[in-house]
Amino acid sequence: MTVESTAARTPRRTSGGKRAGGKTATKAAKTAQAQAAEPELVQLLTPEGQRVEHPDYAIDLSADELRGLYKDMVLTRQFDAEAIALQRQGELGLWPSLLGQEAAQIGSGRATKDDDYVFPTYREHGVAWCRGVQPKNLLGMFRGVNNGGWDPNSNNFHLYTIVIGSQALHATGYAMGITKDGADSAVVAYFGDGASSQGDVMEGFNFAAVYNAPVVFFCQNNQWAISESNEKQFRVPLYQRAQGFGFPGVRVDGNDVLAVLAVTRAALDRARRGEGPMLIEAFTYRMGAHTTSDDPTKYRRDEEREAWEAKDPILRLRTYLLAEGLADEAFFADLEKESEAFGKQVREAVRSMEDPDMMAIFENVYADGSALVDEERAQFAAYQASFADGEGK
Amino acid sequence: MAVQKLPLAKAINESLRTALENDPKVVLMGEDIGKLGGVFRVTDGLQKDFGESRVIDTPLAESGIVGTAIGLALRGYRPVVEIQFDGFVFPAYDQIVTQLAKMHARSLGKVKLPVVIRIPYGGGIGAVEHHSESPEALFAHVAGLKVVSPSNSQDAYWMLQQAIQSDDPVIYFEPKRRYWDKSDVDTEAIPAPLHAARTVREGTDLTLVGYGPMVKVCLEAAAAAQEEGKSVEVLDLRSMSPIDFDSIQASVEKTGRLVVVHEAPVFYGSGAEIAARITERCFYHLESPVLRVGGFHAPYPPARLEEEYLPGLDRVLDAVDRSLAY
Repeated sequence: MTVESTAARTPRRTSGGKRAGGKTATKAAKTAQAQAAEPELVQLLTPEGQRVEHPDYAIDLSADELRGLYKDMVLTRQFDAEAIALQRQGELGLWPSLLGQEAAQIGSGRATKDDDYVFPTYREHGVAWCRGVQPKNLLGMFRGVNNGGWDPNSNNFHLYTIVIGSQALHATGYAMGITKDGADSAVVAYFGDGASSQGDVMEGFNFAAVYNAPVVFFCQNNQWAISESNEKQFRVPLYQRAQGFGFPGVRVDGNDVLAVLAVTRAALDRARRGEGPMLIEAFTYRMGAHTTSDDPTKYRRDEEREAWEAKDPILRLRTYLLAEGLADEAFFADLEKESEAFGKQVREAVRSMEDPDMMAIFENVYADGSALVDEERAQFAAYQASFADGEGK
Repeated sequence: MAVQKLPLAKAINESLRTALENDPKVVLMGEDIGKLGGVFRVTDGLQKDFGESRVIDTPLAESGIVGTAIGLALRGYRPVVEIQFDGFVFPAYDQIVTQLAKMHARSLGKVKLPVVIRIPYGGGIGAVEHHSESPEALFAHVAGLKVVSPSNSQDAYWMLQQAIQSDDPVIYFEPKRRYWDKSDVDTEAIPAPLHAARTVREGTDLTLVGYGPMVKVCLEAAAAAQEEGKSVEVLDLRSMSPIDFDSIQASVEKTGRLVVVHEAPVFYGSGAEIAARITERCFYHLESPVLRVGGFHAPYPPARLEEEYLPGLDRVLDAVDRSLAY
């Protein structure tokens, strides 16, 4: 099958589709066959804010829950905007923005249960929010005061992983441990379209399949790996790759928080039931730069971004909430105030972060200590003391 | 009966068995380690006795093995990984250096990574390419890793026990050409600290430092030197990270001369680090420059040349003579 690169970029929106496991809804399947190059996309809320049904993935949320998802996305976007501004002001060294990916992250993050475990890349600020990680903690490494620093076990949210794709294996190993323990929790491994080219991701897929590990591989295909588009990374739509490893893959509208939540819940439930791994490709778009150091105007067209603006994840849920009378103006006004206050908190938290002590680098190199580290620490302390005792600093 | 004469490989096997018996969180992972018992039979019989969920045959992917071992460690397990041969470790090098070594520090001490990576290393068995290398310096250079190598069955047993009990990642290099050498193992002994060097022969004229497969060569050289009236002290380094510089210093302050021997290339090798630090510590005690005997800055040679390539009795004695001639 030849896959047009344009097909990977502009998927057909459909409310029906081929079932991940192979069973088909006949009419939709025929359509799918006729347009084989057009991958299916699970969607429950259209960009226009219309609720649609999907034969395999249903969701029924209360007004409270829907407003909760909306709030999560708005606060996450606010946090992201604050971080970008803080970088521009010199308070952070770098920031990888998640703008545009709020639904993919909140939908999947809210699908996890407390005892599930999450292995993020470095852009999962929205997932971290869902897991209850203090926003301030995410900013420490980008301010340069630490290299992570939160306790992964307090929220079952692992440290950000910067080298691309490595965490797919950690997630798989952790999931293998869950199986050994006889526990019924599951793991989510986040990665991106660029990471799909990494061997570690492929090895993670294979180990997970071989050991039937309860891990959900959640790929946010935001179309761009810094400056390289999907066509530079792969030839077969990502979700289809799972089939070759022996587990199901599904493509979901990554800007549709309801669909992402429904699909991730189903995948996690499946994993918890002992049915093994699953791949989710959340089809979305990186609205901003790769990081604050990047300049997307050098490699992509404005029109492309504009086309995705129309599919904004927050806007479509707002339209739906208003149209269905699930939220009133007071809710949105209150949220705006809360969001502003949250932004202020973030700014203050960053500005009040203290630089670490140089001697701290010698701590935690080893859990059991090391004579070598002790020796070098003592030498450096003596060197520092020589300034204080002598002419001073 | 606590003392048994065992081949080094069997001592490792017994140590793994003890670890599996003592701690339900210990799991072994590797290629062909189950039914086959590993290509060197080091894990022989363990899968049969402890089951497939604790002695795990893995897919043939070294990065995958170490990466999933990290995940298992994060879940509370203590994985002991077997890399089949020294030259096969490099697909896992990224996971070891970038992830395994740094995660404890990145988490500010919140997570621990008690992972042991066993690597048969070194030459002398007539193997094909990539089966005879000594890459220990490439790991010793990395903060967060501990690197050790036993030279005899007793150390093989106990150093592995200690490595598995350590909360830090330990790279455990096994001298593959000594796998079949038998010596006493006392499973009720009180072992020396994991990172302490050991004086295996006392002498007064010169200090020879070796580790792993080279300790035997160093002892032979010392015995030959004795016949010529030279008194050579031999230290078994045992740990390449951290290095027990205090013990080397004490010996060199006595002898005034130091020769370091390893199979690995001397360029940027552990001998270079020892020479630099000992020169700094013992400058006024040294009667001659620290010399190194080891591999060359060339790929490991085809097997027909390895006897000439590897540091042997004559090359070590040559260095001893050069040092004493100063």
